[in-house]
Amino acid sequence: MSDPLELTGAQAAAAIRAGDLDARELFEAYRARAAAEELNAFTWVGDEAPATDPDAPLAGVPFAAKDLFCTEGVPSQAGSRILEGYRPPYSATVVRHLQEAGAPLLGKTNQDEFAMGSSTENSGYGPTLNPWDRTRVPGGSSGGSAAAVAAGLAPWAIGTDTGGSIRQPAALCGIVGLKPTYGAVSRYGMIAFASSLDQAGPLTRDVTDAALLLRHMVGQDPNDSTSLPFPDPIALPTAERLDGLRLGVPSELSSDGIAPGVREAFAKTVALAEELGASVDETTLPHAPHALAAYYLIAPAEASANLARYDGVRYGLRVNGDDGLLEMYTRTRAQGFGAEVKRRIMLGTYALSEGYYDAYYGSAQKVRTKIADDFREAFDRFDFVITPTSPTVAFTLGEKTDDPWAMYLNDYCTVPVPLAGLPAISIPNGLSEGLPVGFHVIGPAFSEPRLLDAAYALEQAIGFDGAEARA
Amino acid sequence: MSTPELEAVIGLEVHVQLATRTKMFCGCPLSFGDPPNVHTCPVCLALPGALPVLNGRAVHYGVMVGLALGCDIAERSIFARKQYFYPDNPKAYQISQYETPLCTGGHLGGVDITRVHLEEDAAKLVHIGTSGRIHGADASIVDFNRGGTPLIEIVTEPDLRSAAQAREWLMLLRSTLRQLGVSDVNMDEGSLRADANVSVRPAGTDALGTKTELKNMNSFRFLERGIEAELQRQRERIASGAEVQQETLHFDPQSGTLTPLRSKEEAQDYRYFPEPDLPPLEVTPAMVQDARADLPELPADRQRRYEDELGLNAETARLLAFREGLGPWFERGLATGAAEAQPLATWITQDLAAALGGADPAASKVEPEALAALVGMVNRKEVTASAGKAVLEKLAAEGGDPKAIVEAEGLGAMGDGDELEALVQAAIDANPDAAEKIRAGKQQAVGAIIGHVMRETKGRADGGEVSRIVREKLGV
Repeated sequence: MSDPLELTGAQAAAAIRAGDLDARELFEAYRARAAAEELNAFTWVGDEAPATDPDAPLAGVPFAAKDLFCTEGVPSQAGSRILEGYRPPYSATVVRHLQEAGAPLLGKTNQDEFAMGSSTENSGYGPTLNPWDRTRVPGGSSGGSAAAVAAGLAPWAIGTDTGGSIRQPAALCGIVGLKPTYGAVSRYGMIAFASSLDQAGPLTRDVTDAALLLRHMVGQDPNDSTSLPFPDPIALPTAERLDGLRLGVPSELSSDGIAPGVREAFAKTVALAEELGASVDETTLPHAPHALAAYYLIAPAEASANLARYDGVRYGLRVNGDDGLLEMYTRTRAQGFGAEVKRRIMLGTYALSEGYYDAYYGSAQKVRTKIADDFREAFDRFDFVITPTSPTVAFTLGEKTDDPWAMYLNDYCTVPVPLAGLPAISIPNGLSEGLPVGFHVIGPAFSEPRLLDAAYALEQAIGFDGAEARA
Repeated sequence: MSTPELEAVIGLEVHVQLATRTKMFCGCPLSFGDPPNVHTCPVCLALPGALPVLNGRAVHYGVMVGLALGCDIAERSIFARKQYFYPDNPKAYQISQYETPLCTGGHLGGVDITRVHLEEDAAKLVHIGTSGRIHGADASIVDFNRGGTPLIEIVTEPDLRSAAQAREWLMLLRSTLRQLGVSDVNMDEGSLRADANVSVRPAGTDALGTKTELKNMNSFRFLERGIEAELQRQRERIASGAEVQQETLHFDPQSGTLTPLRSKEEAQDYRYFPEPDLPPLEVTPAMVQDARADLPELPADRQRRYEDELGLNAETARLLAFREGLGPWFERGLATGAAEAQPLATWITQDLAAALGGADPAASKVEPEALAALVGMVNRKEVTASAGKAVLEKLAAEGGDPKAIVEAEGLGAMGDGDELEALVQAAIDANPDAAEKIRAGKQQAVGAIIGHVMRETKGRADGGEVSRIVREKLGV
């Protein structure tokens, strides 16, 4: 047979099930590649293939997990020095679900520290490189997962999305990334960034793989009170046409600030959608331009509380001082956290302070409600809302590290979606200047099966080939 | 014009550990006195990625308390993160309720309740060293067994007017909570803890003075003494022309001194915000109904019933109703029909209490049926009151049947027949001085004669009857 590392996850599972491929050999092949990789996509790689069951749904096809997923006995550092060497005593529910479905853990992938970033340059363990061009970033914060899948270092991976952290790196690396409806996938064991926004999802080579992984990720978890039962089984997508599908293009998210090459690719995909039978019309999300401002109050506010527990006492880094407990706390946090994390802790602490709460956190929550209302109105007229995923293609390392706002603008199109708790998928829809561009489809809550079907039909029509990055 | 009298204005904030099987947000069992850090898990240790899951039983208990205190139960209440750095608080925030608590309003024993909300307890800090407190400790270690224990916080309006009343009210609250069965309410073990907000103001005025907060007084006596000391301190400050500063104080019961913990300027900003890991708590009518169905008769209701239906006087009714377990004990005795309610109640609250030295009758050797039989015998004058007390001492020491004790000890009341007449005559003969005084009109001297008869009869004689015979014999 052909190179097993060229198989998608679903194809590899089928080959193992048919007896054409040995799961141990597949694991070993990926393990060897991951261990030798030069992108800094992995922070930890497993050393031995665990026994797997070829009859299990995922048949022994290994997966990579973003560092922030707790994995029992395996380093889980959330890209932060403050958790250096931390090996949790338990595994995240979603990791457990995938393992129970027959997928062994191949490795842990690099990320922006505590998922705060859009380039994976904020990792405490060095940046990850984009396999399409190693002078460029893979996006972030799930940049390690995106780069690993794009480069063929893993068949598929899981990441998390808070403001765009699955979809944007998927777009910049030319792969598929799906952020599920808030509550669809358990957050138990995901090292928290912003609890009301964080959601785990798949990063895969194609839409079919995204559906297959998602199927084994969703479900209500008694350990996560914000999780919900997924209403429908997730079938593998089969749609070839988009007849009758109504797609809305929000004027606010499709013009200003979008690079010409990205806009061009978007227009081509819109034309393709129309050829497949969809109707495309302009819509409006009037509050979407305020999403970034709201996001940069809500997410840091929650993060400031979530990250307060890292004090050097019970786990991770401890930097002792000469002057007792307080100095140990402050030294540990000063050395353990990177600049972006500190920036957001300070922002969030300020936003929640007495006398400022209403003006900042309170107002941001109102904007959040307005954004959700905007989407609800749009979905009265349209099945899905479509935008480019990222305003630009992958940028060069260091290009935006000194300008936080320029970095934050990467999430301009993706950030309204988690504020409204909605599912969205990014699929590669072409190249601009030789670098991948992402197409972003947003649906109502729990519309993932339909979203995957539409993305699948578009994927077939687009015919994007990511082999170049795996070479 | 003299300085107006300064009246005390006191409100309490009471923390109560709920006696659930497991912790507030995880499945770890509750415990007291186990080896440290054995009841822990990723959730109550605040390991990265762990999430809270609300204990349904704690909600049930919270609703029961709210109903018992006559509160409004919120259909939808919100958990909030209360943020502070302290080694006993591993998340660096406590999950509590802030703007939208489970219960609001309500009243108990003439005191208005502001709110009742759910939250989690902190871990326990053990300070190593002679002081036992953080100041002067050689080291402090953390036991996470207690961390995450379900708590309710009950906040009163500033309706209490003295330290003694505050103590009395807290005892009523404890009795009510114990009757509900929602907590051990044991101040020694910390399952009941009270903070007091204390201020003074000129009597007859309405405005509140500047308050201070007394933290964590761990016995009823210390609560009363702490408030007393603080009231005195505030009155002295005002008398000397100074003002009361808003601050938090620690009362040291050993020395009786108050030490400031922090001033208003140092007051913490807890940066409360809604807990994103927990959806709003929805309390359905069915949940309220279930809680109502689990409510036992509460002390205040029981007192009312004893007064209205049994005709007990208010004080006796209160004593029986408010002391844990005493009402049912009383009612068991009453159910025998051997004694009337008021005499039985009086015997329980006075004679039995004295015989047991304040110990719990339910834990004593005295059976309520036995006491009722004894009280019946006394009332029918089959046994004199003083012999009855001797029988009660015996019951308290050994238990048993009062009738059998009376027979075995020959304590039955003597009739007014010849036997008593002869004994009285012998007593007069033995006390000629007293007899002379009585003849001379000194009525009190009869006591010596009665005492003599009582000694001879081991209290079986009726004192009134003896007195009558003495007067008859001496012709006075």
